[in-house]
Amino acid sequence: MSTPEASDPDPTKVTAERRRNEPVREPQGRLGEFTRRLRGGELGSLPGVLCTAVIWTVFQILDHQFLSPRNLSNLSVDLVGTGLIAVGIIFVLLLGEIDLSVGSVSGLTAAVFAVLNINDGLPEWVAIVAALLVGAAIGGLQGFFFARVGVPSFVVTLAGLLAWNGLMLHVLGASGTINLHDQGLVYALTNQYFHNTAAAYGLAALGVVMFFLASYQDRRRRRAAEVPYRPLGELALRSAVVAVVAFGAAYVLNQFEGLPLALLIFLVLVVGLDFVQRRTKYGRRICSIGGGAEATRRAGINVARVRVSVFAISGTLAALGGLFLASRVDSVGQTSGSSILMINSVAAAVIGGASLFGGRGRPWSALLGILVIQSIASGMLLMGIQTTVQYMITGGVLLAAVVLDSLSRRSQQAHGLA
Amino acid sequence: MSTTPVLALRGICKRFGAVRALTDVELEIHAGEVVALVGDNGAGKSTLVKVITGVGPADEGVIEWNGRPVRISRPHDAQSLGIAGVYQDLALCETLDVVGNVFLGHELCKGGVLDEVAMERRTRQLELMDTLSIRIPSVRVPVASLSAGQRQTVAISRALLSEPKVLILDEPTAALGVEQTAHFLDLIDRLRERGIGVLLISHNLGDVKAVADQVAVLRLGRNNGFFDVLTTSQEQIVSSITGATDNAVTHRRTWAWEAML
Repeated sequence: MSTPEASDPDPTKVTAERRRNEPVREPQGRLGEFTRRLRGGELGSLPGVLCTAVIWTVFQILDHQFLSPRNLSNLSVDLVGTGLIAVGIIFVLLLGEIDLSVGSVSGLTAAVFAVLNINDGLPEWVAIVAALLVGAAIGGLQGFFFARVGVPSFVVTLAGLLAWNGLMLHVLGASGTINLHDQGLVYALTNQYFHNTAAAYGLAALGVVMFFLASYQDRRRRRAAEVPYRPLGELALRSAVVAVVAFGAAYVLNQFEGLPLALLIFLVLVVGLDFVQRRTKYGRRICSIGGGAEATRRAGINVARVRVSVFAISGTLAALGGLFLASRVDSVGQTSGSSILMINSVAAAVIGGASLFGGRGRPWSALLGILVIQSIASGMLLMGIQTTVQYMITGGVLLAAVVLDSLSRRSQQAHGLA
Repeated sequence: MSTTPVLALRGICKRFGAVRALTDVELEIHAGEVVALVGDNGAGKSTLVKVITGVGPADEGVIEWNGRPVRISRPHDAQSLGIAGVYQDLALCETLDVVGNVFLGHELCKGGVLDEVAMERRTRQLELMDTLSIRIPSVRVPVASLSAGQRQTVAISRALLSEPKVLILDEPTAALGVEQTAHFLDLIDRLRERGIGVLLISHNLGDVKAVADQVAVLRLGRNNGFFDVLTTSQEQIVSSITGATDNAVTHRRTWAWEAML
């Protein structure tokens, strides 16, 4: 690759000079960058978006109730529990690891909450905090065995999958099922709606304005610093897309009961964790460990500490997701925290665009992925198709997502060698 | 040189199980001096680099920094002293972009938030980005999609970012083309003028002769001679590396003996 440079060093200088002096726009434009990314194997959220579109179209053709406000609103509440667990999975996947115990952990923590609140009569908020702490502690413990002792995360969390499920059955005791109060915090999690139409529209407007202002501010700073920035037209286009999605969702939700509290909490958490992942040192470290643990260690970073903390985050989010799931069925029983839950949340993370090989993925991937998974479940339920078929289709979609992930990784490597 | 060396290794030993990778190794690096460390495959060069950078600490021996003994037991220790390294296997994060890799472990922050704009601007202003990396389409592409030479550029840029006092370069030109190597050797000259001590590990004696002041030879994990580049022939260094003779002194004696015959 040195030949052209060696024979004619002048273009080198010209390019370098140009880059230094007028780095106003990327030479090939944003569309060029988009195609370059696709060719390079950075598919991002594209497969998830396409998958959702196909599923929604197919189910709408098969059953006109599918895209009704009622069904979509229920869908948006149903996806929160598993979606939160999937967000935790995303963080573990970013490390290049896997957490198979999240289903069992969510069941166990929900059982802990139910026993403390219903059987022991503790105040609800104490029980909630205890449940979340149990989740964090379990995650931290598994992280310790993985990061400090050196047991592969797959094995540690597989052991956890069994052990925490056993502990949950033990905690639930003889009765087997504990019904929750039909009022209070946890009940409200999935049953509270903001009926005022202003809530949904206000949230949509806030989201769009925040998105535009953040992009605009970024553009202004980039221009001042003379690094490439997005043209204003593209900024407007992106904001317009966000606006269409946000206001469309708000309109549909307002047709039914209004903005669900569950969805609000989920969105706030996703936005917050997305910020943590992309804009803080801590998030950068998680991604760098997934991309090269040894490189990160040599950069002087305490890799083990980050790893343990990420497993603790995964455990905490699993606990929170467990509370939403318990709230949805208003009880905690022996079937809570089944392994299907874990499979669905891992599938959601991967379908949404997180890589099993580490270093790639965003909390938004969880939202997109769980939308796909939950849409399949909801459509099947609507049409009265048995869970057997549902499992097979979800399995097929998961396989397709993993295949896509592997292929894109291969294409990226081929790209690197070219 | 009579001044105190910035970095001095005294009696360094390192074992991997029953294998003695390094035995009583001595090395001195002065400010503004380029020391080449040469040796055959398996001589212990990379092991010595890992000792200095804290990636694989020594079992025995003393490391002196400006004349006083220090402990380097993890990469962070070496960094806080002012030692930066570019490793043979580069140690880059595949999925991070160029900016992320250059600033890994030294991210610029503003109010607790990563300052991506400032990091990107500084990355574009790095001297190496101009000289070595004309083909990097954007500093925002993941390192996984870069060529070997471009990755090398990123790794060296990262090492220079922390403005180290001692820079360790493990086979830095192995992946570079002819033009890039020339640029790179110029860069080493400039680093020397800035007063940085450079330890250059290389198989390429041409490069060594071009930029180094001193040559230290390792053979089977032991010192096998120190040479002044200007007064030593390439053959002498080669024979010291391969062990054709024990060291330069006996080498010369053999010559004399042959001449008498």
